[in-house]
Amino acid sequence: MSERKDWELYEIFVRARGGLDHKHVGSVHAAGAEMALEHARDLYTRRLEGVSIWVVRSADIVASDPTDSDPFFEPARDKIYRHPTFYNIPDEVETL
Amino acid sequence: MYTQGLLTPSPKSPAAVEDAELLARFQARIDREEKIEPKDWMPDQYRQTLVRQISQHAHSEIVGMLPEGNWIGRAPTLLRKSILIAKVQDEGGHGAYLYSAAETLGVSRAELIDQLLSGRAKYSSIFNYPTPTWADIGAIGWLVDGAAIMNQIPLCRCSYGPYARAMVRVCKEESFHQRQGYDIMLQLARGTPAQRQMAQDAFNRWWWPSLMMFGPSDGASQHTALSVRWKIKRFTNDELRQKFVDFTVPQAHFLGLTVPDPLLHLDESTGHYRFGDIDWSEFQAVLAGNGPCNRERLAARRAAHEDGRWVREAALAYADKLTSRTRSVA
Ligand SMILES: [Fe+2]
Repeated sequence: MSERKDWELYEIFVRARGGLDHKHVGSVHAAGAEMALEHARDLYTRRLEGVSIWVVRSADIVASDPTDSDPFFEPARDKIYRHPTFYNIPDEVETL
Repeated sequence: MYTQGLLTPSPKSPAAVEDAELLARFQARIDREEKIEPKDWMPDQYRQTLVRQISQHAHSEIVGMLPEGNWIGRAPTLLRKSILIAKVQDEGGHGAYLYSAAETLGVSRAELIDQLLSGRAKYSSIFNYPTPTWADIGAIGWLVDGAAIMNQIPLCRCSYGPYARAMVRVCKEESFHQRQGYDIMLQLARGTPAQRQMAQDAFNRWWWPSLMMFGPSDGASQHTALSVRWKIKRFTNDELRQKFVDFTVPQAHFLGLTVPDPLLHLDESTGHYRFGDIDWSEFQAVLAGNGPCNRERLAARRAAHEDGRWVREAALAYADKLTSRTRSVA
């Protein structure tokens, strides 16, 4: 029952309204990017859930490794001076 | 203690100790209501449970298009036909969301579809019942989608992220399904005596199979305990079934329908409807492949898959041609 080859997997990103970011919503299989766009439209925007769609071949996505996430994000952990709450400003000083 | 139950009996090997630690950390994340994402470490059994559950769920959506599709050409008005097409299209969409979620666990869609077509995979018993009258389409939307909602709402909080997110999407669409079904029943209930009789007849046939949709009783269900601990499941089969009965009986009374269960009554002390025993031998028979339409459903799926083969291959050939053309231009 096996096919010659399976349609490729694409990850789908939808912009819900103008002014918002594209957000990952799921995936579709398609033979080519054009078809992936059409499938994504039929699957993820049947009720006007989007005004723009991006499709990306799943194989092309490079992701950080969750087992490595502690050391990977470590450099940001001890730099609390990056947050405004680090600084004690006297109450008398306003609008700062 | 339960981590021991999952380990192979080779105590204290370094791998086992590491596994125990990973398992403890995994359970702690679940207990903190964190979501598990595709690349996170997870026990094999968690992965297998999810692949089984999500793919069965996907297959159910896909096979579920068949009993309703049976009426697309015969819907009584153009509006009803448009609504039914949209509803059936949603079910196909639900199947696609779910296959997509299952694929994040490392199985391919082709493999899952092959499991369905070869008869190795299970799908919901409910779709093996026939739809001889238009009232069946009303009863399916109202009862079958109603029971599905009851099952799926808690799954929106399932510990596995991609499944939970797919369920949020599905649940948003499901309410339309249930309401259009109830709307069909309402129209029949307000119609001629023959139409009211048609509604009652469909209700009689779908009531018990709908209650079976929640699966075996808690005592008999093999999967409940672990799934509850892993927060794949939030309520037991019996809890969800009771909730469904409590919601649905007043809706049936509003339609002027009689619930086909002489033992059904409201228990004043608890506020719950008590109902008679479910015929589990029927459920087992349908699951085992001997329901009224099992063979017909699978045959229809196989035929659709085969009939679509040339389309899939032509699309691939076209895509290959485009790629080689852009390559030769470059
Ligand atoms: Fe539905």
